[in-house]
Amino acid sequence: MSAGLVIKGLVAIFLTAILNDNYILSKFLGICPFLGVSKKLNTAVGMSAAVIFVMLLATAVTWPIFMYILLPLGLEYLETVVFILIIAFLVQLVEIVMKKYMPPLYNSLGVYLPLITTNCAVLGVAMNVITSTLDDPASFGYLESLVNAFGAGIGFLVAMVLFAGIRGKLETCDIPKTLKGLPITLVAASLLAVSFIAFSGVVNGMLGIS
Amino acid sequence: MAKDPNQKSLGTIFTRGIIAENPVLRLILGTCPTLAVSTGAFNALGMGAAATVVLICSNIVISALRNVIPDKVRIPAYITIIAGFVTIIQMLVKGFLPSLDSALGVYLPLIVVNCIILGRAEMFASKNRVLASAVDGLGMGVGFTAALLAMGIIREILGAGSIFGLELYTRWGIPSMIIFILPAGGFFVYGMLIALVNQITRKKNPKATIIEEFSCAKCPMHDSCTKVEQKECEK
Repeated sequence: MSAGLVIKGLVAIFLTAILNDNYILSKFLGICPFLGVSKKLNTAVGMSAAVIFVMLLATAVTWPIFMYILLPLGLEYLETVVFILIIAFLVQLVEIVMKKYMPPLYNSLGVYLPLITTNCAVLGVAMNVITSTLDDPASFGYLESLVNAFGAGIGFLVAMVLFAGIRGKLETCDIPKTLKGLPITLVAASLLAVSFIAFSGVVNGMLGIS
Repeated sequence: MAKDPNQKSLGTIFTRGIIAENPVLRLILGTCPTLAVSTGAFNALGMGAAATVVLICSNIVISALRNVIPDKVRIPAYITIIAGFVTIIQMLVKGFLPSLDSALGVYLPLIVVNCIILGRAEMFASKNRVLASAVDGLGMGVGFTAALLAMGIIREILGAGSIFGLELYTRWGIPSMIIFILPAGGFFVYGMLIALVNQITRKKNPKATIIEEFSCAKCPMHDSCTKVEQKECEK
């Protein structure tokens, strides 16, 4: 494979993870933070930055562990247990290291870290890239997995930022009493998801992949 | 252990999970699987049953070990216990119901991070006796399954024109609204169901708390969250 083709493939994986397979709006992973911390733009960005960081780190660690330890030993069924423990451990580690060596970063991201342990998007990405690799080991390796994880994180950020904007507008609207709060938020999320349907096929069309 | 004066009867614990504290429609927990696998009634039922089994088993074990697990490492300990049961369920489903396994996909192992299960471990099983915890798990599980099934049925009828795979109005050439099977429909139906439940609750008891916001107090990580310690929680 030429370098150009490899890069094209990586760009396609990256854009697909953001637009077509957006983890929040089409895979329904990470809905809790999506509804919970999307009220203000700065908290939405802070949470997303922490998610991107942990997602990338978790995939970077879990992929080699699965491929080089669990798979050769025939322990694939331990995937769930091992992955969730690694993610919990990583989150704790990152929190401790950040607190000690990077206090400014900790003050802006640290508060979101404990919430990420039980964020299904992180575990979901780590497991999805394993499935993709097992399906097609020739064209989906470690690099592709990392790009996919990064794209998924950016997709999370895009959805969070868009939604924070929508919620800001909702605050000033006159909403029927029954729909106030969570129901109208979910309806708004539904409309945002409709707009993302329009992206299907865009990535492939843009890069000329059939 | 002395009997807690606030201790509720087993019947109340069971029914509470189904109606007054329905995890999906009142506590707003476990939203991810609710939205993702409720595209059809069959998937919803399968997911609900799998989560219920995990919920009962983990509640029993966590409750039995509640005096053994040190407070500081309780969350990792709970997650390990839950992950063990999820793996068992995953293997059973893979072995006996392969079609359900492929329909649920990644959402089956993701039961491990379902907030309902960790939430009940933290809020109930860690403080109550084994039997009460098992009943609580069953009640919450049935409540979860019921809400999931309601969403699954609505979405399947509107979006695919069938119920449990049985063709309904599409056989007369009436097209179904595919949008309800798509993610957008999931958010919409969920929002409408919560609005309906809020409306009913308000009619019955005007003073009852209406779920308007997604608050931190509902989060299973509430007690261990640094946001709370720093009083930065939005609500």
